[in-house]
Amino acid sequence: MKRPPFKQYIPAIFLALLAAACFSAGLFSGQAEETDLGSRFLEPSSTHLLGTDELGRDVFVRLLYGGQVSLAVAAIAGLLAAVVGTTVGMVAGYAGGKWDALLMRITDVMISLPALPLLIILSAVDLSKLGIPAGEYTNLWKIIAIISLLSWTTVARLARARMLVLKETDFVRAAKALGVSHARILLRHIFPNLLGTIVVATTLATGNIILTESVLSFLGLGIQPPLPSWGNMLSHAARTIWEHAEMTFYPGIMIFATVLAFNYLGDALQSRFDPKAKTGP
Amino acid sequence: MGAAHAMNRLLQALATLLAVSFLVYILIGLMPGDPVDLMAMGNPRMTPEDAARLRELYGLDQPLVARYGRWLAAALGGDLGYSRVYNLPVLEVIGPRFLNTGILLGVSLLLTAMAALPLGVLAARKKGSWVDRAINVFCLAGISLPHFWLGLLLICLFAVKLQWLPASAELEPASMVLPVMTLALSGLAVYVRHLRAAMGDALKADHIRTARAKGCSDARVTWNHAFKNALPPVITIFMLDLGTLFSGALTVETVFAFPGMGKLMFDAVMGNDYNLALAGFLILSAFVLTANFLADMLYALLDPRVSYAVKK
Repeated sequence: MKRPPFKQYIPAIFLALLAAACFSAGLFSGQAEETDLGSRFLEPSSTHLLGTDELGRDVFVRLLYGGQVSLAVAAIAGLLAAVVGTTVGMVAGYAGGKWDALLMRITDVMISLPALPLLIILSAVDLSKLGIPAGEYTNLWKIIAIISLLSWTTVARLARARMLVLKETDFVRAAKALGVSHARILLRHIFPNLLGTIVVATTLATGNIILTESVLSFLGLGIQPPLPSWGNMLSHAARTIWEHAEMTFYPGIMIFATVLAFNYLGDALQSRFDPKAKTGP
Repeated sequence: MGAAHAMNRLLQALATLLAVSFLVYILIGLMPGDPVDLMAMGNPRMTPEDAARLRELYGLDQPLVARYGRWLAAALGGDLGYSRVYNLPVLEVIGPRFLNTGILLGVSLLLTAMAALPLGVLAARKKGSWVDRAINVFCLAGISLPHFWLGLLLICLFAVKLQWLPASAELEPASMVLPVMTLALSGLAVYVRHLRAAMGDALKADHIRTARAKGCSDARVTWNHAFKNALPPVITIFMLDLGTLFSGALTVETVFAFPGMGKLMFDAVMGNDYNLALAGFLILSAFVLTANFLADMLYALLDPRVSYAVKK
């Protein structure tokens, strides 16, 4: 395989640096929640790189802490979506027949339903009515669960499509003829060949998860303050848009750059894993 | 096209709607508080006995499935209940809002189509050129952009800095410019991508080479031979994508306080207006499922090679 050009590594490097910066924020800065009403909306300076917000908190430090939350949610929800999607896609493609029809019908419905209204209804669900006690991070886990619930569909579709091809390959037929168990065929023979598809689909899904989390938090239904996330920072910025329009800029550019990096990465990975895409320019 | 296939699809869509209504009914029941609690909050003179009597009157003491059955029977008779916040039958509240969202989506989709058609076709024709790569970069940026942030940026530029346009949207042309622009721009990247892919496939077909060999002009090959074949998949994707469009409209409506379905749904969930949230979601779902069904039928109509008739 030809070595890919350097520019294909850029999104991965960017994401790694971003994660490193966000998760090491605690080392070189104080509390993100330190409010100082005497220094609201300060101009950028050497002590406050991007100035301060409506409660006098350092915008730059909050962006990093918000990044921790947004990236952690994206990573966990993306992983969950990958696991559920892969399982559904593999079972549907391998079993075929009625199972395939049922699982894919459910997937289609999940894809076509208006996602955001459904997300809003789901996030309004009162967990105490389900007998789940409220802890410090209950809301965070609820958001992760809700987002993964709606994000596995693309992975499932792509995994199933690849599965249908792999199922008919000679090595799978040979394994079947030799009497290898279904579990072993799925895990040892098929899964390694599916991995490329899954990685591509998950990368693209993770970009969308970041967008979804930011919309939910922007609407006030996702990550709840004082825990910062890029989405809820934007929702506060929107309230002071007439006086301090510049506050809407920073969290948005973080979301945009991160999602863009995930989408570029997904595209680059796709052209590496999918031989057909290489026939292009 | 097989009538049996159409019937089968229709039944599937109805069964799906039924299942969705049951699931959402359960979910709405899991939202904080119940209607009688809310009444008790607004009326300090209500005793616990009154509350119990009201629960019995509204059937809230019965098991969930029985309540759903009663709701379904009433809904099938056209009675979706009253909105708690608006004190009106739910359908009367939803009607005008649905129309507003329709106008918002319709106008922005028209603009999206007008821009996406030339861009997508251009990118496919000049595949690999700098024009194609520029359009590709634009598309990747477009699908990575949060809609609500684009809306906020447009408010910053046109309402705050330049003061040309109002930031909140009523149903008058000037204040609809920004929400329409936001939606049109955010849809553009998606459709250019689809169109570029479909047009690229269409241009690879054998009959295109034949047409060129016969000496057809470039414009004629592009529009008469290739474009006609590129359109059906794009139209299908569009019909299957209505749910996403509604989601986009919801965010944009919230940013601009536009009185549409999205804003209504959001306010209904926030204000514990159970009947309204349930009916709103079901009407949106019914609309989307109908569109999916039509897409399925339309595909066979637009592309004669597709046949749903049972092979003998």
